[in-house]
Amino acid sequence: MIVTKNLTRKFGDLTAVDGITLEVKDGEIFGFLGPNGAGKTTTMRMLCCLISKTSGEAQIAGYDIDDPEDSLKIRKIIGLLPENVGLYNDLSAYDNLDFYGKLYECPETQRKENIRHFLELMDLWDKRKVNVGSFSKGMKQKLAIARALIHDPQILFLDEPTANLDPEAAKKVRDFILQLKKEKNTTIFLNTHNLDEAQRVCDKIGIFNTHLLASGTPEELEESVWGEKTIIQVETVSEGIIEALNKLSLLNMVVDNNKITIDVSNGEEENPIIVNAIIEAGGKVQYVNRLSPTLEDAYLKFVRGLD
Amino acid sequence: MKFWKSWVIANKDFKIFRKKKRIIYSLIIIPLFISIGLPLVISTDKTMSTGDIMVFLNAFSFFYIILAYILPNTLSSYSIIGEKIEHSLEPLLATPLTDGELLFGKTIASFLPCVLMIYLGSVIFMFLTDLITYNNVGQIFLPNWNMAFILLCAVPLSSLLSIELNIIISSKVNDIRTANQLGIILFIPFIAMYMLLVSNIVSLNILNLFVISLALLILDIFFFFLSKTIFHRDKILTKWK
Repeated sequence: MIVTKNLTRKFGDLTAVDGITLEVKDGEIFGFLGPNGAGKTTTMRMLCCLISKTSGEAQIAGYDIDDPEDSLKIRKIIGLLPENVGLYNDLSAYDNLDFYGKLYECPETQRKENIRHFLELMDLWDKRKVNVGSFSKGMKQKLAIARALIHDPQILFLDEPTANLDPEAAKKVRDFILQLKKEKNTTIFLNTHNLDEAQRVCDKIGIFNTHLLASGTPEELEESVWGEKTIIQVETVSEGIIEALNKLSLLNMVVDNNKITIDVSNGEEENPIIVNAIIEAGGKVQYVNRLSPTLEDAYLKFVRGLD
Repeated sequence: MKFWKSWVIANKDFKIFRKKKRIIYSLIIIPLFISIGLPLVISTDKTMSTGDIMVFLNAFSFFYIILAYILPNTLSSYSIIGEKIEHSLEPLLATPLTDGELLFGKTIASFLPCVLMIYLGSVIFMFLTDLITYNNVGQIFLPNWNMAFILLCAVPLSSLLSIELNIIISSKVNDIRTANQLGIILFIPFIAMYMLLVSNIVSLNILNLFVISLALLILDIFFFFLSKTIFHRDKILTKWK
């Protein structure tokens, strides 16, 4: 559904987006993770045909983002929630949606149905006649999401969709994103800083800082950090225990006070052998814990180069 | 180009304008003030000769070209800078709308209410002027060919010039008042022309009006292409301040 090849955007001497190559499949939720100023919004703007590319290629649903006629077709099938919601404060919630529904060429009946459906879904139906200027940030964010969906888009671009929402509303939006994927098979491109959110809703994640540093499923990214570790707390770490563990040819072992951290490739098979070796060496095992890398570890590793 | 989409844009702007008191007041009060005030100037001076009255009436007629430049200034500043202030250009440009449809919609939004108000004002002006001057002039002076030329040709061209200049100014400033002030500065040549007419150094005739309209048309064409270059989605989102 979204394919890019060496997509690049420069602003003078500054390269904001440097040769991104990625593919987002039909019905997939793709999370675009990166620090501020990484070029996430610029990438999204290029994919939404809002700004031009400097070089490279990108297709949305088979349409070329660079072709003026294709650009109109792309904009018909996408919905965008930008970083700044950009609603008309002097218009009512209903008029805001009606205006965009007309521009997206929604037939009147469908437009009216969709306006009601999304305003009810976002708990804004009772406020439909109220000017948006009096709405809270959260209400505006919800209305902007409704606006992005007013024409039932095939692809949804969301830039920080839960940034201004309280936890309950944020959960509702996340659930709604998953519901859209499930019921309408909508492809979703999600820019976010929120690692927890990305992990909960995304099928695939791209970690990005001007260029794409890594991409894969959340599990693949986590595993790419350091696989799995086992932490064993013993009463006292003796020379005998160290000697016994060294004989097992372990990948990596760190001893900190009485805590032994060992890299394992297959914990279920290796852990009993390690624990047995410690006991045979006279050690008293107090706890055995499994330590798996998180998406945060993966993010920090790729963005900041931390191990 | 789908003109109905431009109309949707203009219609949305009309709804917003209706809620802005400053816009409503400027749209109503300025044309009304001029249309009632100018005939009153003549009525208060009883010593004016018929010749003097003719000179003043010609100069006053020209005032509608100036009004056509001043009036869209506030509306077009609001129309474009308002979108900038509310950050609404990005979602708007993400819709299947061409830059031309958007630009045309913005032009209609400023052009139509202003020209309509000027026409309404001119009817009041002509009626009051004839009422006041009939005894002195001995004939119904307005409407005449000069006034017809002004209203049908020079007024729309002057309004378009104002709107185009405001689009260019709006790309550089983020404040409606600053845009207004910059736009107003550019109407100094109109005032100079008005002073020449009042002083009877230049007389208002069809030939002069044709030259003025031609100059406005050339400026309109030049600034149309310039504003079209500036009103480009890539530049709006990356270069507009």
